Amino acid sequence: MKAPAFEYLRPTSVIEAIALLGQHPEAKLIAGGQSLLASLNLRLSQPSHLIDIGRLPELRGIAVHGGVLRIGALTRHAETMTSPEIATHAPLLAAAIHHVAHAAIRSRGTIGGSLANADPAAELPACALALDATLVIIGPGGERREKATDFFTGLFGTTLAPDEILTAIEVPLAAANAVHGFQELTRRSGDYAIVGLAAQGLRGANGLSALRLAWFSIGSKATLTPNAAAALLGAQPDFTRAAEMLAQELDPHDDLQANAATRLTLARVLLRRVAGPLLTPSGIAA
Amino acid sequence: MTEISLTVNGEAITANVLPRTHLVDFLREELGLTGAHLGCEHGVCGACTVRLDGEIVRGCLVLAVQADGGNVETIEGISDTGEIADLQQAFIDRNALQCGFCTPGMLIAAQDLLRHGGVPSREEIREHLSGNYCRCTGYHAIVDAVETTAKQREAAQ
Amino acid sequence: MSLSPVDLPNSYIGRAMPRPNLARLTQGRGEYVSDLSLPRMLHVVFLRSPYAHAEIVSIDSSEAAKMPGVARIVTGRELAEICSPWIGVLGHLKGLKSAPQHALAVDRACWQGEPVVAILARTRAEAEDAAERIYVDYTELAPVVDAFAAAALGAVPIHADLGDNIAFERKLDAGDVDAAAASSDHVIAQRFVFGRHTGVTLEARSIVADWNRAEQRLTVHLGSQAPHMMQNIIAKHLAIEEQQVRVLTHDVGGSFGIKVHVYAEDMAVAALAKLMGRPVKFFADRLESFVSDIHARDHVVDGRIGVTNEGRITFFDIDDITGIGPFSVYPRTSAVEANQVVNLVGGNYAVPNYRARARVVFQNKTPTSQYRAVGHPIACSVTEGLVDLAARAIGMDVVELRRRNLYADDAYPCTAASGIKFEGLSHHASLDKLLAMMDLPRLRKDQAEARARGVHRGIGFASFIEITNPGPAFYGVGGARISSQDGATVKLDATGAVTVQSSITEQGQGSAAIIAQVTATAIGVPIERVRVILGDTDNTPYGGGTWASRGAGIGGEAAFQAGRALRDNILTVAAAILQSTPEHLDIRQGVVVDAADGRARLDLSELARIAYFRPDTLPRDMQTELMATRHYVPRDYGFAFTNGIQASYLEVDTETGFIRLLHHWVVEDCGQPINPLLVDEQVRGGVVQGLGAALFEQCRYDDQGQMINANMADYLVPMAGEMPDIAVGHVITPTAESAIGAKGAGEAGTAGAAACVANAVNDALSPFGVVITEIPLTPELVLQALGRV
Repeated sequence: MKAPAFEYLRPTSVIEAIALLGQHPEAKLIAGGQSLLASLNLRLSQPSHLIDIGRLPELRGIAVHGGVLRIGALTRHAETMTSPEIATHAPLLAAAIHHVAHAAIRSRGTIGGSLANADPAAELPACALALDATLVIIGPGGERREKATDFFTGLFGTTLAPDEILTAIEVPLAAANAVHGFQELTRRSGDYAIVGLAAQGLRGANGLSALRLAWFSIGSKATLTPNAAAALLGAQPDFTRAAEMLAQELDPHDDLQANAATRLTLARVLLRRVAGPLLTPSGIAA
Repeated sequence: MTEISLTVNGEAITANVLPRTHLVDFLREELGLTGAHLGCEHGVCGACTVRLDGEIVRGCLVLAVQADGGNVETIEGISDTGEIADLQQAFIDRNALQCGFCTPGMLIAAQDLLRHGGVPSREEIREHLSGNYCRCTGYHAIVDAVETTAKQREAAQ
Repeated sequence: MSLSPVDLPNSYIGRAMPRPNLARLTQGRGEYVSDLSLPRMLHVVFLRSPYAHAEIVSIDSSEAAKMPGVARIVTGRELAEICSPWIGVLGHLKGLKSAPQHALAVDRACWQGEPVVAILARTRAEAEDAAERIYVDYTELAPVVDAFAAAALGAVPIHADLGDNIAFERKLDAGDVDAAAASSDHVIAQRFVFGRHTGVTLEARSIVADWNRAEQRLTVHLGSQAPHMMQNIIAKHLAIEEQQVRVLTHDVGGSFGIKVHVYAEDMAVAALAKLMGRPVKFFADRLESFVSDIHARDHVVDGRIGVTNEGRITFFDIDDITGIGPFSVYPRTSAVEANQVVNLVGGNYAVPNYRARARVVFQNKTPTSQYRAVGHPIACSVTEGLVDLAARAIGMDVVELRRRNLYADDAYPCTAASGIKFEGLSHHASLDKLLAMMDLPRLRKDQAEARARGVHRGIGFASFIEITNPGPAFYGVGGARISSQDGATVKLDATGAVTVQSSITEQGQGSAAIIAQVTATAIGVPIERVRVILGDTDNTPYGGGTWASRGAGIGGEAAFQAGRALRDNILTVAAAILQSTPEHLDIRQGVVVDAADGRARLDLSELARIAYFRPDTLPRDMQTELMATRHYVPRDYGFAFTNGIQASYLEVDTETGFIRLLHHWVVEDCGQPINPLLVDEQVRGGVVQGLGAALFEQCRYDDQGQMINANMADYLVPMAGEMPDIAVGHVITPTAESAIGAKGAGEAGTAGAAACVANAVNDALSPFGVVITEIPLTPELVLQALGRV
């Protein structure tokens, strides 16, 4: 399939990009383009314009600033994989990124693109939830910040207005006693997961003192299961109760890979395989 | 039409392209470089793998206009520099290609692994090539050829 | 000791050597039809039916015709005036019926994806833009999407004229199954379900057709496995002479049978080229490939096996139903696959009692036809699955039960219950070799240790027979103009080099290499001096092409015989020049030598110089014929059967249902391998296609006949990360039919891989009392079988 016709614009600043979005309501932003161009090749969308933000320096850069790790929206997956700052301060991301597609995709795809696209099967939105990240957004009215927990609204849905641009992700620095785990079940390496879990927590002398379980490929968006996580805190983690909570907090869907019942069953398996090792001294499961 | 200027296999190119033309169609149709192949146009099969600014990319998921100012290397160019001569010979010796359609993408992806040096395990080789579809070989011979080349390069160090 | 023809000094036969002329493919300098661009060429896009079954009421292309770049828009009615319809039946498949099929649907579309309108434009993108502006008024009709429902009494026939949806039925009753069942200690019945597959060749189908009005000649660039067949069919349906059609295959990016059939799109492109007087190109995109490439293997088989407590298999009994498309594919039909299932079930075992019924049923889904290993995977999965169940019923080791029932290695020649004739096979020697290669005791120990840790690994076996080198029995007797013979013309050129033109074709298996090896050996020249020409109906002998694993056995034999004939002619000339006799001379490494002591007498380049430039120095009555043609068809056996056996070692994660393939082994007996390197790689490639079938691949349909996973993300093909290393070993039982003794090997890997994976999974799950006889073995299927979902 060949893409339908569109105009191409390459603004030189975020402000200019926002203005163009305002002028062309049928326009789409393109950064890495790994999701967008596939959908265009398949004629699944027909934008009037593509506004290329892929070279804007304002959207690049990884730095620790004011107690948070700020990751520019244009950070390519390949950069996330090798960044020393991310390895140190957000190792969950470094672990998860290996599971995103394949090397040739990772050299182009961006974290901002993945979050803004909000594919329910994508890894990074779940990581953003697990890390309690904040998204930095610029629109005609200026800059705003939004918690990841509020950002994802549904199937490919976020709170981004048509004339807003995601510019960065801010992640709290990993504490000394932070633990993380990541696992996804895929038929083939690099495929979209059937079910996936990104977990981030804090472990002390009496077990986990905090835990965020963020699921993907189960339901219409990346989902936190706070009650299931709560059941695993403290000196008596209760996996049975946590598994029961999953049934209430997750809304598994049917698709070609698996039906809802299978997904829930697999989620329970992942819960033990990912959260279980978090309780052990090594504290990492991937 | 948009004018783009880029380097392709070391040659400075200026061309007018439609925004919707992806990089592989530009290379194949405009420049006659048919070594990069199309297998799916949805980024899954890897037949379109080329190098852009030194990194491997899916040519079907890059617009020609996005490559403006960039440095593109196709299998023809990479081959002519001799960069992968040992790998190509290993493929031939091991019969790691049959119909040859996946081979340009496979070689470029394999070289992307090998340039990091060392001798990757067979699992690592399979993992790195997991985004390149081959229907003919069943992959075993390809893994052999990549492993052999890695060992040869390591020994030559 | 006299040497056989293939034991010649410096023989290339049996030598594992790299294929010549591969460098260009590693440089991206292959020439695939999809690469081809000709001056003034138009691209065609097909607007396809979105419905599985619908009346085409009207087509409004007025808006589309005015769009940029559009040259012409053509409907089925218009094209029917240039291209006549066809019916995919063959006389020897008694009772096979089908309806006429057009290049573009006329009045009615019968499957989702059937081409309805052709849009010709300057670029593919512009043709797609125009296709979006064509308004077709359809009236949906009830689709027939379930084979059982389609076959049921009273079902509405897709083609009213045909009366019902049963395209073909075959019955076989050998020995006395009922008596055998009564005398068995156990009779096991099991249903086997197979997912529909498609080939997913990496290079999608592509064709460029060019009608030269001045010459009144059509040049067709098409990666077909059978170019002479296409030449015949295109000429026939465009009402021109065969001589007016030239077919060139070029490099082909994968075929596996997908590109041996006649496609509506190809006929349409040929007709459109004639209409337009300009080159027309069609390069399928991946989405349309999924719904328009032939599908295969859509079977449900109810099987039964009888066994005594002592381990004697008493009978096999199968009832097979397969859902094809709305038409039987042309010209090889859609009934051959089921026919082969009937022929092959139980064929590796000396069991005289066998009953079979196969029904081939029309459906409103993509048409099906021959795809690598045609019918063998089904037959092998059913046979080997039943054998494992029988072993389980009597508490016997699965290998031991096979030992007691496989045909003995000295049983040949013999005829199996289904009537297939075996010249010579090696089931037991192959099994011995397999067990040695895999070190079964070590694996069983590993399996036991893993079980103790709660990790479930399984070992599975699949023995199989494979049809190769088919003679006219396959198609010719049925009236199809599909040649079952092949030819080769070899010529010595003016510098003493050799050119060989062969009628077989290349899709990557190494056809050109083996022709070069055989020819070089037959004549006595270094292989570097041999050039092979394939895939051009203007420049090769008339022949069948490459399919059903016949290229080496039949094409190779023709090349060998032609090479020997040229050698004889060369020695006749040499004898005249050297004042000797041909019997005293030989050709080695391109030099005429004394046969007795190998003393060099005359270089071939010098002989050629004399023959071509100084024939005045040769005897007046000598006809220096430095070109020879031979054709070959096997005569004694309708097919050259081969045999093999495979084993799989895998691990089932019983919590997630995921299956991890740990290792795979194959022992294959394909007679004399011309190039063992190429044979091994054909086996490996074939195995992985079978592994894809076992775990991943399935064309999925909803109840409206829509294929719901028609893309590369949802139809799962095997990728490198999940495939195991595959060990390949050989036993050699040559065929006496031909000088080189080569049988075929292209499909063996695919025949048995899915069967042994299924058996291995059931072995892994044996503590759970679970048997799964459906593929693909998805995690969900495994979890459901285990009762975890």
